Amino acid sequence: MAFENTIDVEHPIHDIRSEAIKNFESKGFPSKKDEAWKYTSLNSLQKVDFSIFPKEENTLEYSQVKKYFLHEIDTYKIVFIDGIYSSYLSETTHDGVDICLMSSALTKPMYQQVMDLYFNKVASKEESLTTLNTAFSREGAYIYIPKNKMPKKPVEIIHFATGNEASLLLQPRNLIVVEENAELQVIERHQSLTKNEVFTNSVTEIFADKSAIIDYYKVQNNNAAASMIDNTYISQKNTSNVSVHTFSFGGKLTRNNLNFFQNGEHINSTMKGVTILGDKQHVDHHTLVHHRQPNCESHQDYKGIYGENSTGVFNGKIIVDKIAQKTNAFQQNNNVLVSDKATINTKPQLEIFADDVKCSHGCTIGQLDEDALFYLQTRGIPQKEARALLMYAFANNVLQSVRIPELKKRINKLIATKLGVRLGFEL
Amino acid sequence: MLKIKDLHAKVEDKEILKGINLELNAGEVHAIMGPNGSGKSTLASVIAGKEEFEITKGGVFFENEDLEDTAPEERAHKGIFLSFQYPVEIPGVSVTNFMKTAINESRKARGMEDMPANEMLKLIREKSEMLDIDRKFLSRSLNEGFSGGEKKRNEIFQMAMLEPKLAILDETDSGLDIDALRIVANGVNKLRSKDNAVLVITHYQRLLEYIVPDFVHVLHDGKIVKSGDKALALELEEKGYDWLKQESAV
Repeated sequence: MAFENTIDVEHPIHDIRSEAIKNFESKGFPSKKDEAWKYTSLNSLQKVDFSIFPKEENTLEYSQVKKYFLHEIDTYKIVFIDGIYSSYLSETTHDGVDICLMSSALTKPMYQQVMDLYFNKVASKEESLTTLNTAFSREGAYIYIPKNKMPKKPVEIIHFATGNEASLLLQPRNLIVVEENAELQVIERHQSLTKNEVFTNSVTEIFADKSAIIDYYKVQNNNAAASMIDNTYISQKNTSNVSVHTFSFGGKLTRNNLNFFQNGEHINSTMKGVTILGDKQHVDHHTLVHHRQPNCESHQDYKGIYGENSTGVFNGKIIVDKIAQKTNAFQQNNNVLVSDKATINTKPQLEIFADDVKCSHGCTIGQLDEDALFYLQTRGIPQKEARALLMYAFANNVLQSVRIPELKKRINKLIATKLGVRLGFEL
Repeated sequence: MLKIKDLHAKVEDKEILKGINLELNAGEVHAIMGPNGSGKSTLASVIAGKEEFEITKGGVFFENEDLEDTAPEERAHKGIFLSFQYPVEIPGVSVTNFMKTAINESRKARGMEDMPANEMLKLIREKSEMLDIDRKFLSRSLNEGFSGGEKKRNEIFQMAMLEPKLAILDETDSGLDIDALRIVANGVNKLRSKDNAVLVITHYQRLLEYIVPDFVHVLHDGKIVKSGDKALALELEEKGYDWLKQESAV
């Protein structure tokens, strides 16, 4: 096919790509007949004639897009414009750690050892959209943190879509390897700058070696013409600690497939989400935690506020293997519907084969607490503001575990703006 | 200041208040005592404007204005404050931010600008010191994980910040040890003036040793069955509430 003509077929990942495209061709796009896609339809996206590569290289001035960066603090930046790396907006490093590009990692011999060990090793070889990404994987972020290292600052991975193409398909591919006792913080964001259609099918592989600590933050506040499938695969070893926070406020259709594989003992995996939707927005969170070894923990806390005609899905799957005794798995999904027309489908899915485990799950779909509302009103807060404040509090509570204070503040403000809250205090 | 005239109120189909008459003037402290289920907390909620209670007869008047169609927040803006028996926990909003919102919303309702930040901080410092409240406490989520005593102290802190004309203290003494009770009562006493009034609702007369009432009313089965001065509270303490049942049985 055309894509293969543009690249080196002798390349070591040529075989991986060929196998992936074969798999995708046999499976095709998932449909509502697939249990995992029951509530999320990709039909409308398949009707669009997407450009796979932009016709020309597009540029952006920093001043145009500054607000999308966490500019309050210094960060490493890996920035893409319409899928193409922008060295002008980026700040990469090779100073003791590698924070750079997938395209380099795929082609330069110095990265081959790491690539052989990790590339496409935790990503699914079955799931069709993941294989589609694998088949076309060319660009994205490559982060390698060697043993005992910690980058001086967080890393921002940002994808801008300029809208110069009428409709654009992006398939970023990220690989993140954090070795023993090393640490990393990442903020990922996808931002479309016009009303032209963008469809992103992203795959991120994350490897946390022994005692590694990784905090990953996904800021999903894209505009109404942007859709996104996020496939994130995380493999953890002994006593590592990985958290993923997903803030879903924007976009037309967003599907998050977040998969944790615990390949060691005393591992901690944390998944947190805040979803605030309106209009006809749709967000689908599918989480999977596979407890494969004893003495590990997982914590999931997803909160959603759905207004207007928005729809949400939460499907949380927890698998506890027979040998994974003393597992502690917690899952919580709480939702507030603020419109009669909004819907949420929430489903815990537990497959527990060990007998000495603690697993708890709970989901609620409700209105706001009338007693709390009355309490706020008696303090002089009008009902409309009191409702907004309660929703703010409900969502904001998830942010306690965000370890970058400036990001926490940003998200807090986004939540307040999204809910139209005049908080009466500075954040 | 507050006039309650022949007040009847029900929740769902159950009549709880069955004709209450009560008048509070500025500068006065009234206590309402009574056994469990007599309607004390309902009375407090009705004055504060809780919607689930329906007034079927009579009414509540504040500064000669019928409050029937007045929302709880508007009552707060007029100067009515209710200290809750069970303050609601609101994780995710700190005590300080909650107070800022409350004060600025009240100011907005009165056509005033937001309180300047330094003035707000000064006020918070002053009032929290008065109630012996730790600074760390103020940055915690509102009522979340607070002990019973902390919750009540926080209620009085809010009252001190909002400076109401009428403060209703619903079972403020429950859950307080003697030291906390003293601090809370001192706080209330410091806020007393010739311009405001306090309505203390309590099961026991213990609190009334510290917040000394001008009048004591006994509520039983939705009606005030006896009124007197502070001596009545002592009498109740001695005799308990059983005599009420006997009297009403007669």
